[in-house]
Amino acid sequence: MAAHTAAHAAPRFNKLALNRLGLWLFMLSETMIFIILLVTRFVLFGTGMPEGIEVDQLLGLVITILLLASSISAYRAETAMAHGNRDAFQRNMLLTIIMGTVFLLAVVAWEWPLAPHHGLHLQEGFGIVFFAMTGMHAFHVLTGVLMLIIVYLNGRNGAYSPESYWGVEATVKYWHFVDLVWVFFYPALYLLN
Amino acid sequence: MRLFSYGLVRALVYGVIGLVAGMAVTMAVRAALGLAAWAAAPVSATGSIVGTLTFLWGVGAFTDWWSWARGAHAAEPPHHHRDGPEWPRYLNFDPNHRIIGVQYTVTSVIVMLTGGLLALTFRLELAQPGMQIMTTDTYNYLMSAHGIIMIAAILMGVGGMANFLIPMMIGAPDMAFPRVNALSYWIAVPGLIMVVSSLFTGGFDTGWTGYPPLGVKAPLGAQFFYLGVFVVGLSSIIGSVNYIVTIIKMRAPGMTWFRMPIFVWGMFATALIQLIATQFIGMAFLMVVLERLLGMGFFDPAKGGDVVLFQHIFWFYSHPAVYVFILPGLGVISELLPVFVRKPLFGYKWVALSSMFIALVGFLVWAHHMFATGLGMVLNNAFMVTTLLVAVPTGVKFFSWLATLWGGKITFETPMLFVLGSWVIFLIGGLSGPTNAFIATDLYVHDTYFVVAHFHHTMFGGFVFPFFAAIYYWFPKATGRMYSERLGKIHFWLMLVGFHLMTIAMFWIGLHGMRRRIADYDPTQGFGPWQTVTTTGAYLVGIGVTIFVINMIRSARRGEVAVPNPWRSMSPEWQLPSPPPDGNFETPPEVIGDPYDYGLAGASYVRVAAPSAAGH
Repeated sequence: MAAHTAAHAAPRFNKLALNRLGLWLFMLSETMIFIILLVTRFVLFGTGMPEGIEVDQLLGLVITILLLASSISAYRAETAMAHGNRDAFQRNMLLTIIMGTVFLLAVVAWEWPLAPHHGLHLQEGFGIVFFAMTGMHAFHVLTGVLMLIIVYLNGRNGAYSPESYWGVEATVKYWHFVDLVWVFFYPALYLLN
Repeated sequence: MRLFSYGLVRALVYGVIGLVAGMAVTMAVRAALGLAAWAAAPVSATGSIVGTLTFLWGVGAFTDWWSWARGAHAAEPPHHHRDGPEWPRYLNFDPNHRIIGVQYTVTSVIVMLTGGLLALTFRLELAQPGMQIMTTDTYNYLMSAHGIIMIAAILMGVGGMANFLIPMMIGAPDMAFPRVNALSYWIAVPGLIMVVSSLFTGGFDTGWTGYPPLGVKAPLGAQFFYLGVFVVGLSSIIGSVNYIVTIIKMRAPGMTWFRMPIFVWGMFATALIQLIATQFIGMAFLMVVLERLLGMGFFDPAKGGDVVLFQHIFWFYSHPAVYVFILPGLGVISELLPVFVRKPLFGYKWVALSSMFIALVGFLVWAHHMFATGLGMVLNNAFMVTTLLVAVPTGVKFFSWLATLWGGKITFETPMLFVLGSWVIFLIGGLSGPTNAFIATDLYVHDTYFVVAHFHHTMFGGFVFPFFAAIYYWFPKATGRMYSERLGKIHFWLMLVGFHLMTIAMFWIGLHGMRRRIADYDPTQGFGPWQTVTTTGAYLVGIGVTIFVINMIRSARRGEVAVPNPWRSMSPEWQLPSPPPDGNFETPPEVIGDPYDYGLAGASYVRVAAPSAAGH
């Protein structure tokens, strides 16, 4: 009897607060991966760029702008859901997915095959950290895009409401995190000289 | 098929299918790219990763998340109210923290037995100079595997104690994320299988540290070792997210930070270390695997890499990791002492904060493992000072225990014997620490049996003995039955005597120059008799643990039914039925006093509503 009434009582814990803290802790842990890669880059190659490396500056700039813009659209999608504006949610979500996918393809399908021509080799020299850092980041972009697609499809089927949209919030927060990582990786890989 | 209703069976079958399928696809891709289809390293690497995922799919880890991803509504994890025997729950993906705690603990004991058998095997070889029963390669494989398998066993044991105890001790119904919690256990299983299978896939001869360049050149077994540790590391990380959120957000009404049981403080510090540091061993090992598989020369100076970089990343986890191993154990000591002494814990706040201080300082000492690497005097001296700082919070704990024992009415049941044993062992471990912390003496004892003895003292005193104390102490809580006190005491004395035979001989020959990690030694050095003593001690420990296993199995099946609170503890978990029902407390308990006010008139820690259904 008592168990029956307890099940119907108000929940004792704020599930959303638990989820939020859990996500922040997860991202704190993930941060370490990227710190290790940055440290590796600076330990092995100092604060400059070794001789003979010519990264594609235009491409780097374009994909950086693209990724930062996708963070804005992701934010707009979350805010739209919070205000119950489903059309804006879907539009911004789709925009984010497209920009994320283009970023991913630009790195993996365009930049990587061309890298050896810029002096970046997988097995030796600056190429080691270039491929390791862009690769680990691209893996996180990939997981982010997959989650964005899931959330987009679920949102289109009415899984979220202004009162309950943790799935959207979590995915967008993760997407901001992946973008923030790139804000540190971009200068370390492209700009320092 | 009825066998398929057990998650473990399903997981193993799916895991093997995934392994084979992953290997086949990799071979097909390689053939399509014009490479030779079979190459053991890359094919087995992708195979074992796919196998890990299908293992988890088979056990049912992804069922709920998969249905969420397809748009089903979020549901609370199901709480089982099944009739019939409870034991099938232990073989399934079950979100209940108590089940997961037992799963972790049993796994820990099984893995520990495996690692122990390896040690007993190569100790036979070491008992006499000259090579008698194995090749030097076999010795290296067994010695390396012993190290990492025991470390994995300790991580499982920490998970076991944490999962079983944290929610009950803080008055919560379960962990914050029950499904993630079950995942953190089940993802460790394929990781452990990979680590153990390294022995059958060529072994690795690097020691558990896996330093490159040797780690890059080691046989295929090294790849399984690195990937297995990586997967077990994932388990640690997601487990620690759960512990931290649970401790911060789910404490019972009235349980302020300084009214938490000390074990929970220890676990909080442990979880913070695990959360942040585990990524470092994961990345260090991932980078070695990438160097092995793709030739990326992170640690190869000829390609622009740096060997010492590996040591820095590796020890940035692996030093704090020893505090992951010992902080829960030291928490158990502080938790049990007041109960068996019937006195308040001396200096509660200082003991609680000392765990946090150890966790903090633990991040600043890693390079003391590298005094012989050649970092230069400035760095060496800095790390010597930070290392010696660790003695301060550890000393706080020791003096607290001493003052708690002082003038108490001590009783000597098996858990208390193990607590007192760990106190002695950890003390010797601590006192032999500064010898390694001072640069001058460390350069002398570096890579000798002295270090081996010191390390085993800290592990046995900081984890193994407290772990056994915890198992005996909470055995009635987990099973509802009492263990055999007589067998428990035999176990204790065999372990205590055997362990000291083992390590005192090691300290002695270590100081006289016996190198560690070598299969043979010069008979004229006179180490033979001491090595025989060490081997004898190791076998006594082995016999003791065997008696422990017999005791546990017999008592769990046919032991005396335990009284509700055999230790007269004030802690919330002992106010529950044994074993506790799912969800633990029907109404949240209320904390109305301090946790360790034993022997004070009218003292009370928690108020728990009596269970309504009589006779659980």
